[in-house]
Amino acid sequence: MSIAPSALPISMRRIEKRFGSVSVLRDLNLDVEAGEFLTLLGPSGSGKTTLLMILAGFVRADGGSIRVGDDEIITTPPHRRNIGMVFQNYALFPHMNVFHNIAFPLKQRGVAATETAERVEKALELVKLKGLGERRVDQLSGGQRQRVALARAIVFEPRIVLMDEPLSALDKGLREHMQIELRALHRRLGMTTVYVTHDQREAITMSDRIAVMNAGRIEQLDKPETLYAAPKTQFVAGFIGESNFIPVECRNGSVWYEDRRIQTAGAPPVPGQHLMVVRPEKLRLVTAAEPSSGINVLDATVGDIIYQGDSFVCYAVLRDGRQLTLRDYCRSDVLARLPAPGQPIRLGLDAQDTILVAAER
Amino acid sequence: MSAPSALLREPAGAGRDLNAQALRADARRESLRLLALLSPSLFLVFAIIIVPIGWLFWLSLFDEAGAFSTSNYARFFEQASYIKTFVTTFKVAFIVTGACVLLGYPLAYMLSQLPRRAASICLIFVILPFWTSVLVRTYAWLVILQRKGLINSWLIDLGVISQPLSLANNLSGVVIGMTHILLPFLVLPLYASMKTIDTDCLRAGMNLGASPAATFRQIFLPLSLPGLASGVVIVFVLCLGFFVTPALMGGGKVIMWAMRMEQTTSLYSNWGAGAALGVVLLGVTLALLGLFQWLLGARATGVWSQR
Repeated sequence: MSIAPSALPISMRRIEKRFGSVSVLRDLNLDVEAGEFLTLLGPSGSGKTTLLMILAGFVRADGGSIRVGDDEIITTPPHRRNIGMVFQNYALFPHMNVFHNIAFPLKQRGVAATETAERVEKALELVKLKGLGERRVDQLSGGQRQRVALARAIVFEPRIVLMDEPLSALDKGLREHMQIELRALHRRLGMTTVYVTHDQREAITMSDRIAVMNAGRIEQLDKPETLYAAPKTQFVAGFIGESNFIPVECRNGSVWYEDRRIQTAGAPPVPGQHLMVVRPEKLRLVTAAEPSSGINVLDATVGDIIYQGDSFVCYAVLRDGRQLTLRDYCRSDVLARLPAPGQPIRLGLDAQDTILVAAER
Repeated sequence: MSAPSALLREPAGAGRDLNAQALRADARRESLRLLALLSPSLFLVFAIIIVPIGWLFWLSLFDEAGAFSTSNYARFFEQASYIKTFVTTFKVAFIVTGACVLLGYPLAYMLSQLPRRAASICLIFVILPFWTSVLVRTYAWLVILQRKGLINSWLIDLGVISQPLSLANNLSGVVIGMTHILLPFLVLPLYASMKTIDTDCLRAGMNLGASPAATFRQIFLPLSLPGLASGVVIVFVLCLGFFVTPALMGGGKVIMWAMRMEQTTSLYSNWGAGAALGVVLLGVTLALLGLFQWLLGARATGVWSQR
């Protein structure tokens, strides 16, 4: 990945923010590497947008430090931060056409008219809106507005780009398309990007790293693959991907679900109560004849089977009444031995796919 | 199954739409029904707007002797006092509108930036004078502004001035009184339009490198102009027809259009001349509204987006 000369790392230390008596961010520390695409992912109220607003300078933190490169910016007013931002509702200026919207940051910086025209043209080309400079904002579609907002945020070559759920107003197809495009643009320009979303799929698709936020803290900061394969907490496991949780107990160095020993890949966890995270696509139907070494087998009955075209979902009920979801693709060999509702089945989960997290109270 | 097919006739020929005639008849019936529902309000509009204005116009075409003539309109060009009244009316309207903008814009801006609770309390103070009669408020201003009124006696007691300022019974009295009464008509639409300005637009302005002052000038101000324009139109048009305040605060020195109308009808009993004044006022007002409409329309089609 090419790192643009202007890309700088961000280092946030001990950020605190309270609204009245409500603590929104608590002793938050986060490092964003130069040129990295980092996503703040969390449910609403987790503090991700507040953190972005503090980064942009629209909200004043109660305490903490933000360093961009070597500069401390925690008290710098927003217009001197030199940070580009794409707003959730785009925040394009309705009284200016596309050209003047994108030229706005250049005008503020006293860039000469000819250079401005050149750079706006280049930015328009970059977001695939060549020739639309004279359009009024209200003549643009949602996707085009999104691109104008993006062009405006990068045309002045900011050190950092912030994005606040920029794709949430687009319909599904366009959103997925823009995810790929944003990702490609980031690869090309290499600006340090902090992206906020509550959509875990979007975060996984786009990010170099994801910071999962919950109640004003970062629960886990990792690469998407690591977050999915090795969530550290129940919250992360529940928020990223689909999961069923099965309570297990660790004693004498091994893990037990009821009277069945559970095989895990890693070192045995600390003694006590844990939760086994079961992803629907990691489960599979196993026959009675199959050997159970390296596989955890759970006995269940089929509750219902839902056909979804490319795949099917099987809701299985364990002996203790717990429900597990199994998802598999509709291949002919799988379909041939699909059980009927009410039938007993055996669900297999590979030991290396068996994830344990601490049970939250 | 057989009942609908009996009702819906087969197409009469190739290329003709199925049931086209029945559908057209249905559309006709629907518009007749809508017209019937609208008729009471249409009648009301006719009876209380069209008829009186038509009558006014008709009256203006007869001179004092009751003969059909255009002398009532010729007066506007011949009599200097008419022209003077006309000029005075527009002068007062311009000054009052200007004063309302100068006072009202900062006020509306402040209201729009206050937190919701504080803003609604302050709005009550803006609206409160609405609930007091114009007459009472005008007399109150007389008490405050007259030669031995509150302001003059304070200023003299404090030694700021030795001679009382002439604040009432002249143009300044009229302007002060009218500005007070008309200010809410500017502030309310302006406030409403300022509230619709997206705060993210202002944030975006600052994020893109514009100082708070530059953000105000380049983003907030242009976006508030439509609201300002509608407030200005309302105040200006109300000024043109204003009567009570100029009559009481002008001391007979500031004769405005409506006062001239009152004189013509009640003092000289010249209904034709009074009606002509009314018709001209109505015409001028409509022309102004049309002009503003055109200007706002031009803005909507992007004339302003260039700058």
